Amino acid sequence: MAEWKARLRSALTSWDAVVLLAFILVAVIGALTIDGVASPRFWRFVTLEAIPIVLIALPLTLVVITGEIDLSVASMLGLTCVVLGQLWIWGVSSLPLLIGICLLLGGALGAVNGLFVTRFGLPSLAVTIGTLALYRGLAYVVLGDRAVADYPQSWTTGAIRPIPGTTIPWMILVVAGLAVAFGVVLYATPIGRGLYAMGNSAEAARFSGISVARTKFWLFVATGAMSALAGVFWTLRFASARADNGTGLELAIVAAVLLGGVSIFGGRGGLVGVIAAVALLVTLRNALQLAYVPANTLTIVTGSLLILSVVGPNVAGMLRERLRRRRARVGIADPTPTAAT
Amino acid sequence: MRAGTPRVRVAALAALAALTLATTSACADDETPTAGSTSGSPSATAIRSGLKIAFLPKQVNNPYFDTSDNKGGKVAVEEFGGSYTQTGPSEASPSAQVSYINTLSQQGTDVIVVSANDKDAICGALNEARTGGAKVVTYDSDTNPTCRDLFINQATAEGIAKSQIKLISDAIGPDGGEIAILSATANATNQNAWIEMMKTELAKPENAKLKLVDTVYGDDDDQKSFAEAQGLLAKHPNLIISPTTVGVAAAARYLSGSDFKGKVQLTGLGTPNQMRAYIKDGTVKSFALWNPADLGYLAAYAGAALASGVISGNEGDTFTAGKLGQFTVGPDATVLLGDPFTFDETNIDDFDF
Repeated sequence: MAEWKARLRSALTSWDAVVLLAFILVAVIGALTIDGVASPRFWRFVTLEAIPIVLIALPLTLVVITGEIDLSVASMLGLTCVVLGQLWIWGVSSLPLLIGICLLLGGALGAVNGLFVTRFGLPSLAVTIGTLALYRGLAYVVLGDRAVADYPQSWTTGAIRPIPGTTIPWMILVVAGLAVAFGVVLYATPIGRGLYAMGNSAEAARFSGISVARTKFWLFVATGAMSALAGVFWTLRFASARADNGTGLELAIVAAVLLGGVSIFGGRGGLVGVIAAVALLVTLRNALQLAYVPANTLTIVTGSLLILSVVGPNVAGMLRERLRRRRARVGIADPTPTAAT
Repeated sequence: MRAGTPRVRVAALAALAALTLATTSACADDETPTAGSTSGSPSATAIRSGLKIAFLPKQVNNPYFDTSDNKGGKVAVEEFGGSYTQTGPSEASPSAQVSYINTLSQQGTDVIVVSANDKDAICGALNEARTGGAKVVTYDSDTNPTCRDLFINQATAEGIAKSQIKLISDAIGPDGGEIAILSATANATNQNAWIEMMKTELAKPENAKLKLVDTVYGDDDDQKSFAEAQGLLAKHPNLIISPTTVGVAAAARYLSGSDFKGKVQLTGLGTPNQMRAYIKDGTVKSFALWNPADLGYLAAYAGAALASGVISGNEGDTFTAGKLGQFTVGPDATVLLGDPFTFDETNIDDFDF
């Protein structure tokens, strides 16, 4: 229990807190200075935009913590969209069945990634750059330049229906449930501790009895399935299945994961920071858009934030390390030499 | 680049003058309820001043849309005293466009003039903006008719075919000659529709001296179009029509470096930046495309007319679009810009796209 508390405290005093604070600052300053940010409609649009990013960022955070990466997420989303569209054309008219098929498909696509990485020992960066192109290509094979758009209105409005009495779409509850599930796995189970161990040293993790290969394989499968779920939401939200759905989204997701404090080298980071980072990025972009900031400037802002996200935690870590060393040098007399780190 | 500005300004002045004239004549015989009575500037077209008009192209930083929006839409909006903005994503994706539509509707924009990246994907957002009171005009690329109030159509197949035949016939003179068409891909819907219309046009007695002998396909690939143009001239004809921007530029490049330069006439659909050199060196006398500046100008006026209640978008509604004159709403709530615009050495330097 004490260990659990310490874990929680360290999660909240680190980079996570910085990102969360940045998000709150942007929201408050935006609401005070930009007309419209305080309105419920604004937050509805922000939520709609954030949902697919969070859905994919959840499993991807775990993947990156183990020291791997999956760049094919947006292509898996796109392929799921067109398969959903094609099945609908062929007459599959049960939404639960369609969702089920899409999740299985996503899981299978993720399994291909996982197999190459764990069975053949290939670097995930190379494998998923390959499947990024491969899955997008397959999406074009399925639908070409056609679009499938004639879904029942109950589906398309159902996907974005607000929680009664609010403007916030109900899908946020699904996202929140999944976030809690992923959070429990990461923070409160031996598997979660194992993921950090893998990121720090796959060798050590292997010797400690964790099946590195099997765990990573299932993380890739989970990433595929969550990308597929995001694909279903994407298709219904925009009422359009096209082969280019979500092109480039992987960059937004990876940006959020890194800005959220997850180390690209693995072993560090958590879900709180990542979710806060998604909220920060989407809110900032929408607020600036509302303030008539042109697209070119927005790209620069996002790019700078990303650089900051890579530099920030490293500088923080360096400072902490220097502080620790100085303390160590000052004296063994210090009663709590390393508890704070 | 700057070369276009004085001309545009002159055009704007002329349009203003025309508008003033129209005002005096219309006020005499018409009891138009002036929606802009509080603004103190009554107008026959009754376009309210102070309208917020936003152009949302497929993407920003695109020379075509910078011409249509900043050289056309902006001029129009300034004429009727509205406030103009151009906004949009830096990549041409429907989801990014949706985000901008949401922003525009939150900003209380009166008119959204949009070129759709996907005819369905932006529908929900557009309809939400319309529920919020915005009028939606599409230009360049339409959405589903259910999600917009008007579509400004740049050209019809018939108009394009007619102008192509006229240009080639003018270029060769009364003696006529053999024509070959250098098209895009064999199954390109729009190209085939235009070619069919050209055949109809060629069957008319006044075009009896023009004879279509061959149609080849350059697949909208520069190298292949270049090779096809080469192959055509090795065979027979003395005239080429290429109703595709890639094909016409490739054919012009081949002609300008060959012995056929000046002997073989070429025309087609092209953009000024691609064709400028060949107009200047005499390889090509003229070519056609719609004028994007006029397209944006008309779209702005149509949107303003909608927002001011001058028209409601029904077939038969008429409105005046400044210097371009009067337009009538056609079937499916579309407004046709008119015949394609002809570019030649007298005007090509006014354009940069």
